[in-house]
Formats: sequence, C-alpha cells, structure tokens
Amino acid sequence: MKSTLSGPRARTSSRLAAVLVAASLLAVAGCGSSDDTDTQAGATGGAAGGETSIDLVGFAVIQAAYDDLAQEFAATDAGKGVTVKGSFGASGAQSRAVIAGQDADLVALSLTPDVDNIAKEGLIDEAWSSGEDKGIVSDSVVVLAVRKGNPKGIHGWADIVKPGIGIVTADPGTSGAAKWNLLGAYSQALGENDDTAAAEAYLQQFIGNVVSWNDSGRTATDAFVKGTGDVLISYENEAIAARAAGIELDYVVPDTTFLIENPAAVTTTAPQAAKDFLAFIQSDEGQQVLTAHGFRSVSGLAPAQGVEGANDPANPFPDVDIITVEDLGGWSTVNDELFDKENGLVTKLRG
Amino acid sequence: MDARVRRARRRTTRTAWVLRLVAIGYVLGLVALPVVSVVQHTFADGLAPVWDVLTSDDFLAALRLTAVVAGIATVLNTVFGVGMGVLLVRYRFWGRRFVSAVIDLPVSISPIVVGVALILVYGTYGWFGGALEDAGVRVIFSVPGMVLATVLVSLPLVLREVVPTLEEAGVEQEQAAQSLGASAWQRFWRVTLPTIRWALAYGVALSLARSLGEFGAVRVVSGSVAGESQTLTLYVNDSYQELGADAQRQAFAAAFVLMAIAVALIVVIAALRPKEERS
Amino acid sequence: MSLVAQVDRATPSAFARGRRPGELTGGASLGLGIGVLWLSLLVLLPIAAIVSTAFEDGLAGFWDAVTDAEALSAIRFTVGAALLVTAVNAVVGTLIAWVLVRDQFPGKRVLEVVIDIPFALPTIVAGLVLITLYGPSGPFGINLVGTRAGVVLALLFVTLPFVVRSVQPVLIDADREVEQAAASLGASGFTTFRRVILPTVTPAVLSGAALSFARALGEFGSVILISANLIGQTQVSSSYILKMIESQEPVAAAAVATLLLAVAVVVLVELDVVQRRTARRG
Repeated sequence: MKSTLSGPRARTSSRLAAVLVAASLLAVAGCGSSDDTDTQAGATGGAAGGETSIDLVGFAVIQAAYDDLAQEFAATDAGKGVTVKGSFGASGAQSRAVIAGQDADLVALSLTPDVDNIAKEGLIDEAWSSGEDKGIVSDSVVVLAVRKGNPKGIHGWADIVKPGIGIVTADPGTSGAAKWNLLGAYSQALGENDDTAAAEAYLQQFIGNVVSWNDSGRTATDAFVKGTGDVLISYENEAIAARAAGIELDYVVPDTTFLIENPAAVTTTAPQAAKDFLAFIQSDEGQQVLTAHGFRSVSGLAPAQGVEGANDPANPFPDVDIITVEDLGGWSTVNDELFDKENGLVTKLRG
Repeated sequence: MDARVRRARRRTTRTAWVLRLVAIGYVLGLVALPVVSVVQHTFADGLAPVWDVLTSDDFLAALRLTAVVAGIATVLNTVFGVGMGVLLVRYRFWGRRFVSAVIDLPVSISPIVVGVALILVYGTYGWFGGALEDAGVRVIFSVPGMVLATVLVSLPLVLREVVPTLEEAGVEQEQAAQSLGASAWQRFWRVTLPTIRWALAYGVALSLARSLGEFGAVRVVSGSVAGESQTLTLYVNDSYQELGADAQRQAFAAAFVLMAIAVALIVVIAALRPKEERS
Repeated sequence: MSLVAQVDRATPSAFARGRRPGELTGGASLGLGIGVLWLSLLVLLPIAAIVSTAFEDGLAGFWDAVTDAEALSAIRFTVGAALLVTAVNAVVGTLIAWVLVRDQFPGKRVLEVVIDIPFALPTIVAGLVLITLYGPSGPFGINLVGTRAGVVLALLFVTLPFVVRSVQPVLIDADREVEQAAASLGASGFTTFRRVILPTVTPAVLSGAALSFARALGEFGSVILISANLIGQTQVSSSYILKMIESQEPVAAAAVATLLLAVAVVVLVELDVVQRRTARRG
C-alpha cells in the first residue's frame, strides 16, 4: 500500500469514490424525491382543483373492491382529484396499528369491535355507529370453500368436523374473519333450543380439526390455495373473489350460516374527502361496486349484473337461514363469552 | 513441485469429481435453479406487463422509499462504522469489548425481534413514544422507524470490514503525519481513508444490499400504505397476498428488480474482494 | 474476507501488532460519547425494553408465556430446524469451500457469485423464489408449502454462504506442505483430512455454523410464504412473535423474543471464545 504507483492508485481511488458517490447520491436523490412527491401531488392537485389523498386502513380481503370504489369515487364530483392510499391486513392488527399511531382517515374493518376500539381511544367519533346502518358498509356470510369438485363431499357444517378433515381458518387473535368463522361454527350448532352444550361440543370438534390458523382472512386463503387442508372457512366475498381471480376452488353456502357485517368509519382528523368517500361507499352506486366483488349490500340491493366468481353469477347470494351477532346478544356478550383472552370459550378450547 | 502437486491432483480425480459435482449440484439446485425459475416466471407473458408494473405509481413510490430508507441507513452505518471502527482500534477504553459485542448483536437476532423492540421503545405506548409524539415526531409507522429498523439489521457490516484493515495498518503512518503537523481531519482524509478504502467500499456495498432487502423488521414498524410507507419488499409481500394474475405479476416484477439489484451488488462485491485481500 | 459480519476476529492480536492504542483524547471522547449514545438508543434501550416487557408480569408471567403450547411448539420446531440446517451447513459448506479453494474448473467464479446470492437477496424474494419452484404450481410437482421440509429448505437457502465463507479463507491460508508430508508418509486421503485438515478448519466451521444457527433461529421473510404458518407444525418463532405483537400480547411476544435474544448472545459468546482460542493458538 505504501508503495502504490500513481496509476493504479488513481484508478482504485476513483473507483472507490464512484461507489461512495453512488451510495450517497442514492440517499440524496431518495430524500429529494420524497419531497418531490409532496410537491408533485400539490402541483397536479392544483390543476384538478385541490388534490387530496385519503389514508385508508382496511382489512385483508377488501383491496380489489376498494380500489374499484376509489376509482368510481374519483369519477364523481365529490371525488374529483381524490386519491386513496390503502394499507391492508388483518382487521384486529390494523385496528391496533391505528391506535398505535398509523395515519388513517378512513378505516374499513372486518367487525364492529375493531372500530369501537379505535373510537375508545378518541380517534373516531364515539357516535360512528349510531346511524341507521350502524356504520356497516358491507355484508357477507360465512361459507365453506372446498377443493374443486368437492372431493371430500362437504355440504354443510356437519361434514367439516368429521375425522380427517383439515380446516383452514384465520386466527381470532389478529383476524376479523376468524371471529366470524368461529361465530358461524358456534351459532349454527346452537340449534333451535339454544343448546350451548351442543354448540360447545361442536366448536371443540371444529377447533380439533383446524390444521392452519392464519394471520388474516387473506393469508388463510393463500394457505388453502397452496394446498393446506380440505376446507377453508371464509367470507362469501373472499371465495367469490378467489374464483373470479382464476383460483380453482368451489364453495358451499351452508343452510344455516352467519351474517358478516363490515363497518367503516372516518377518524376525527379526516378531511371532508374521506367523509365523502364513505358516503359514496354507502350510496347505491358504491354498494353496487361492492356487490360486483361478491359482498352483499347492506340494504339488500340486488346486484346490477352477474357476479363473476359466484356459484351462480345470476343469483350470486342464495337465501339461507342467517344468524346475526344481535341474535347472540351483541358484540360485548360474544366477545366475553367466546373471545376473551382469559376465559373465552375459544381460548379454553384451544388450550 | 508445482508439477508434482498437479500430478497428484490428477491422480485423485475421482474423489475430486464427486466433491465437485456435489458442491455444484447443491449450489445450483438450492440457489441457481429457483432464481432462474423466478426470472422465467416474471417474463412468462413477455416484457410489456412487466414494464407496466415497473412504471406504475405504487411501484415507483416503493422504489423511491426503498432508496431513501436504504440510502439514509447506509450513510448512517458508514459514518458510524468508520468512526466507531477507528475508536475501537486506536483507543483503549473501559467497556470496549462490550461496545464491540453490542454492535454485533442486532444482526444475530430475528428482524421481527428488532421491529418489536423498536415499537416497545418508540411506539405510541413505548418508553419514548408519548414524549416524541408530543414533540411532533412520529417514529413508528413512519420513515424514521423504517430507517432505524434498517440501520439495526445492517449495523456492523461497515465496521466489521473496516476494523481488520485498520488493525493491519497500525498507527505509524498517522503518527508520522501528525509529527509533520497534519491536523486530525487531514490525517483522516489523507492517511486513514485511503488505507481502508476497499474495505470501506466493500462494507458499504454489503450494507446497501442488506438495507435494500430488509423485510421483517420494516414489516413490523411500517403501516405498509401503498404509495406511502411501502418499501419494495413490502410491495412484493402485499402484492403476493393479493388475488389474481395482475397482483402476482406485480409481486414477481418487483422481486425481479430486487434480485437484479442484489446480483449487481454481489458482482461489485466480488470485484472488490480480491483487491481488498491484496491490500 | 467473508460477507458475514466478522465478530471481532482480529481484535485480540491487534495490540501485539500495532503500537499500544492510545488513551482517549478530547475529540475521541466526544466521538465515543456520540457513538455510545447512538448505540444505546438503537440497540441497548430496545433490548432492555424487550427484556423488561418479558418480565412485566414477573418470572411466572415469563414462564407462562414461553411454555404456552403454541409458543413452545414454535420454539421447539425453530431450534430443531436451525440445528438440522446448521449440521447440514457444517458438512456441505466445508465441502463447497474445499471445492472452491482446491479445485479448478470452468465456471468457478460463477459459482462464487451464486453462493453469495442468498446474502444479498431480500428474504421475501427468497421466499417467493422457493415457492415458485417448490410450491403447488412448481415444475417438479413437489409441493413443500406447509411442510417442515419446506421450512428447512428455506433456511438452507438463506444460510448457505455462512460456513462456506468462513472456511474458505482458512483453507486458502492452510499450509499445503503439511498435507503433502502426510501423504508422502503414506497417510490415506481420509486420514490426511481427519488428522491435518479437519483440525485446521474446525474453528472456522464452528464460527460459520454458529452464525448460520443464529440466522436460522431468527429467520422470518424467507420462511413465511412456504411455511403456511401451521401452528404446532411449521410455525417458526419469529412468526409467533409477530402474531403476538399484532394480537396485542406484548408480554408473550417479548418473552419469546427474550429467549431468542439469549440464544443469540450465547452463540456470540461461543464464537468469541472459539476465536480467541484460535488466535492464541495461532
């Protein structure tokens, strides 16, 4: 090193310099461009008459539907120049992320308590669910998704607790889908006599057959699609969306199943655009976007056109006996009895 | 003697062949084959769909954010690595070995643990989170948190490359420069830096590679908002979780880009290696 | 020089070689202060937060958290898989290093580059890479998703370079004449390997193995896609920790994290001991 000739030395130094300069340029360019995004947004917004962006925190399976909703919304007067930036994940995890400080203007989660928990922290108006629809923007039901051709002959709840059937579901610790699934399994077993012992016994068998508990409804779908288990318990809209996306599976809507109600609410700091977007989602136009993605509309609106991916696209949402969370005494009762982390039935049965 | 060795080697060809085949087969089967299959998968529908993904807003935003986070992290680690490296080698102080050990710890622990640890300190309900929030500083679910996570997972990479070279070089030259009246800055710029340049470049390249690819720790501390707090690795993961051929294409296209960067950096690193060994 | 973070390898001999390192000057003290503050904010405090959260409910709380059935099976599987992977790496990694140093064949430099890919490749991409080949639509018709074999494969992928890169330089430096002497004295190839080469490379193999064990123990990105996260079967500790933090169970998350941390510390200490012993002997 001491006796380095000037030639190679100059070359090596310049090469080193190049590496260092490249690295620092990357950093500087990066910093610069992050500022650019803001100014750019401002600039294009100026042309379109006030560009706003809405931070959407949504549950795992709604991305495709909400991308469409955002697009349709942008075509309305209220939505002109509004972009929606979404983050999607397990409902419970998303709820806790908002509480922990993640930016959110609009939250669209799987179940009401996940929004309530945010409201308790003062980040959402406590009265968010006081309206006619109780803050619910989309409905669905719990279905059983099976392998193409239904090789295990699964037609209802009774078939999935047979020995040797592997159940794939989400995990109630993080996921909203999981709670709906477990509620479906539990409540249908109550029967007409409200037989809690029978329901508990069923749930025990159900949990015994679960081979895969996943972080979210979507990761559960992924695990099932990749070959895990024999039956995936999921949202009707998720089964429809999977089929519409070309994934090979069939699904069964059990004769008795559970009504899934997904809430949405704006945060206290949300811009007007977020409120407008929420209003759009609740409008007939928005509801039609959701039905096209396999959700059931809150007002019972029939889909305007065939729903791709449904068992029968022309009649995508079969009428079945439906149990609601109200029938079970509301969320606080259900959360205490089933999902409490100390004494909940699900906690106990999972041991 | 060279000829004898060569003859000896030729005599043991059978064992050599078996070993060679096992080594090549293992590496190709485990690494090369899967990598090639991803490239093939990415371009299965031709170039156009890949180009569409690579020019989409969300991808470009993710690319930009990744460059920002990895860039800042690498600069921080370079400054820290060189500074601390010089201190560890040139000075003897109480707790020196402990400091050295602490620097190594983060790369040996799970990135998830790194992320969780940062949340416990800098999250809203963490030790400092509340105070920072009152001061208007958001760490978790924001770029600073992602930078911290990335810095942590690549903390010792520059330092560990620089230290052996510094030790090898000793302090004579610097002392000579000092006796000739060179200031501390001049000594660093004229003597120390040229001495460690290859090791430094190597460490920087390593650090950059690790930072660009960090996933687990960033996954924990980022809200992963598309177009905002989604890095390339998160983009790959989120796209992969989405249903449908388009989303899969996004995942593979972004994965391909990350892979291309990784391979390019390895080639740079490989080019640096022999020079460093010579010095 | 390896791509692996070298753990203070040359430090013990440094004092002997150079001049005695100096006492801290003013400027150096300031630099050190800043460095230590940075380290504290970045490493020490977060680690302290993990450990203190783990013991928030006392020792009993910690014990309950790590002996929870789900946690326990995740820890058991992770440690088992990491041990298996480390053992495979110790053997195959040494073999590959040997071939790279002692064998000459066309394409060797390509092989060198390929070996480093797992280091630089983002883990999530590694996961995607493996699932493409060994997933349900892979070309071989082998579906390793949701199997323990799949997890082990992912771990083998990401830890491949550790042993190779730590053994390689030792083999390059090794004195070939001793081997030739052994051979000329009639030692068989195997005997030469066992008596001459193995003792030389063992510390390097151990270092590489320790690093690969630590890495496998904490691996997340490359594993999640292929593991399908089956509780009691393929769920790894990192995945469990993430789920607990997302389920608002910080104590459970921190307790298992503390356990992983403790293992990482033990591994680093072991490494240090091995290296100091080698340095003393050398």
